[in-house]
Amino acid sequence: MILPRWAERFWPVVPIIGALLFIIALLFLFGADPLESLNIMFLKPFENQAKMLSVMAFWVPLTLCALGLLVTFTGGLWNIGVEGQMILGSLGASWIALTVDAPAFVLIFLEIIVAMLAGALWGALTGFLKTHGKVHEIFGGLALNNLASMLSLYLIAGPWQPPEGGSFRGTPPFQEAALLPRFAESRFSPISFVLTILAIGLVFFALNNSFWGLKLKALGKNARSAFLLGVSSERETIYAMMFCGALAGLGGAVRVLSWFDSLRQNISGGIGYLAILVVMLAAYRLLLVPFISFFFSLVLNGSLTLQLKTQLHSSLGGILTGVMVLFILLFGEASKLGFRKEVEKDE
Amino acid sequence: MKIKQYWRLLGSVLILAMLLTACGGDATDAPVVEETGAPIVEETVAPVVEETEAPQSDPEPIVFGMVLVGPKNDHGWSQAHYEGGLYVEENLPGSEMLLFELLNPADKPEATLEGVVDDMVAEGATLVITTSDEFEEDTVGVAEKYPEVTFINISGDDVLTGEAPANLGNIMGRMEDMKAIAGCAAAIATETGQLGYLGPLINFETRRLASSAYLGASYCYENYRGMNAGDLEFTVTWIGFWFNIPGFTLDPTEVTTNFLDSGVDVVLSGIDTTEGIDVTGQRADTGDTVWAVPYDYESACDQKPEICLGTPYFNWGPAYLDLVTAVQAGDWVQSWDWNAPYWDDLTDNTRTAAGWVNGPALTADMEADLNAFIDGLASGDINVWSGPINLQDGTTYIADGSVATDNEIWYLPQLIEGMVGPSE
Repeated sequence: MILPRWAERFWPVVPIIGALLFIIALLFLFGADPLESLNIMFLKPFENQAKMLSVMAFWVPLTLCALGLLVTFTGGLWNIGVEGQMILGSLGASWIALTVDAPAFVLIFLEIIVAMLAGALWGALTGFLKTHGKVHEIFGGLALNNLASMLSLYLIAGPWQPPEGGSFRGTPPFQEAALLPRFAESRFSPISFVLTILAIGLVFFALNNSFWGLKLKALGKNARSAFLLGVSSERETIYAMMFCGALAGLGGAVRVLSWFDSLRQNISGGIGYLAILVVMLAAYRLLLVPFISFFFSLVLNGSLTLQLKTQLHSSLGGILTGVMVLFILLFGEASKLGFRKEVEKDE
Repeated sequence: MKIKQYWRLLGSVLILAMLLTACGGDATDAPVVEETGAPIVEETVAPVVEETEAPQSDPEPIVFGMVLVGPKNDHGWSQAHYEGGLYVEENLPGSEMLLFELLNPADKPEATLEGVVDDMVAEGATLVITTSDEFEEDTVGVAEKYPEVTFINISGDDVLTGEAPANLGNIMGRMEDMKAIAGCAAAIATETGQLGYLGPLINFETRRLASSAYLGASYCYENYRGMNAGDLEFTVTWIGFWFNIPGFTLDPTEVTTNFLDSGVDVVLSGIDTTEGIDVTGQRADTGDTVWAVPYDYESACDQKPEICLGTPYFNWGPAYLDLVTAVQAGDWVQSWDWNAPYWDDLTDNTRTAAGWVNGPALTADMEADLNAFIDGLASGDINVWSGPINLQDGTTYIADGSVATDNEIWYLPQLIEGMVGPSE
């Protein structure tokens, strides 16, 4: 049976609906009113400006990480280390914010550059471990994630501790000039939004209109053939990791410079891992990423309100998004359910 | 396309793992920034299933928000506050608690105190209690945003420093007295004259708690044991955090082992987890005569009753009941409360702000001495914070003949002379 092209295009909606049904069943099981709960999760935030800004403020770093991950996924790389790359970015930004004295625009420019460099460096390290140390990027990435969070704990408790003594809460608040200007007393920074839009364009160009993107695709499809055709898998691997690391690092900078006002002990809290789910649910399609990422941010924020109102556990939002991705992986491709695509790519 | 399938499988496993941790993790996750704390488990609390009863049936409803940094069932700091809130709900008709647990960036990167408070106020909360020094700074922010709502930050000092707006108060339990009792119990029991204090990280709070334990110990060593207080060895080892983080903090198991190897025979715990009593208990099983004083949890002695000298713990119920009642009646005024224990009965959880339970390992003689000490503290005959007290660097802190003020205790800048261990 051949699935028409339009149907195939809408196929990604199927797992989403499946997951929604699953959640509704779950809500019934807990004795909650599903309609009311879904209303609180999905619709209520739109009625409230502060809430919307908070959703957007969370959207920025999540989308940045997801964009970076698109690049590494295209190259066939599982960049679990995105979490650590984000932390390194936040350390880079904090370092400038705490030590440099300069006008705001210089400071912010420096913070962002250093954060991206730091993230890229961490990414390169994972790539290097893979190409030269034969350490798979999943394991290398996990190790570097742990190292990054230990490093940030050390800095908070040691060299960057507040004058009144380390409480592990975080560093002292940064100077006002070091913070990203925020919109209407929220944690949403318009600059970071613009940078994210630019990043979407950059990734689109890199993947679709550049020779590098073509090489990455070749690498991702079949590393051995790509190598035989003259693509340096080692170099492209490291470049892809650095590219992702830079975007994740920028995300880390946004976390400390606008979500928080200082380096906290856990600035990321799994945003990098969440971004992996975003990319999967978007089925590796760039133009879906910002929307899926918005959806995730909305659901997670909504589930906080839900927890308060109904005493349902707030991990419900996490369960919903997780179940969706699981459904995508299990039967996300129409071909797996006996349908044939119009154009057969796989032999 | 074998490889693709492999990826898919791996991906599924990964997601499943994430899901499982998302569902099951909260209860066991160590709260990331615990304050030093202790719970009161006066009554076993059944998991709250139906907590959302509409308050309209009561004539004078009051809704209060309770923000926890850790899970509500951590057998420690956060649970103590949660149970304090339940105590209010039980004893004040028309009161309803809005609970938000696990507000920390590791568990909920998408949540902020401001967002949570927005929701609580929208739900009708007229009082919000933020139960960690982690929230101190942000609580000032939301208090300014909602001047008509009353805010309480636990363990903070913004009222003292004058940084708090008029609708923000601070509450803390006077754990220092309980720590003095803990130190006294250790001094009464010790045979080697060497005590070990398992410290978390160094700040004003932990310094004054460790120092209170030392002052209690040296008083009792001199007065009940008839020894020279100067001969008492009191060593503080700071592990670096409220609980063990492998690779980052010192391992409390190892620290306790080192204490015991170096001749320490009573280990006092100032951290959130139970390594102190666990390791000491194992040592006792091999025939050594050693004791432990745990912390935080009223039933902490259950871990190893036969070596347990007693437990100091926090109890928030009475203070919260007074607070909510005052806000309901509209006569709350800003204050910085450092609530004293109820000396007549330190285990009366309807009265006391900080509690102490005698442990099963106390012999009758020891218990008599310890009770005499407690009675002395209660009547005011004994004050371990009376001079002369020198700081670790030898400077006089409290002159002979005078008694430390609350401020001097709260902002203790160093450990006390005679204690071994770093002050900062």
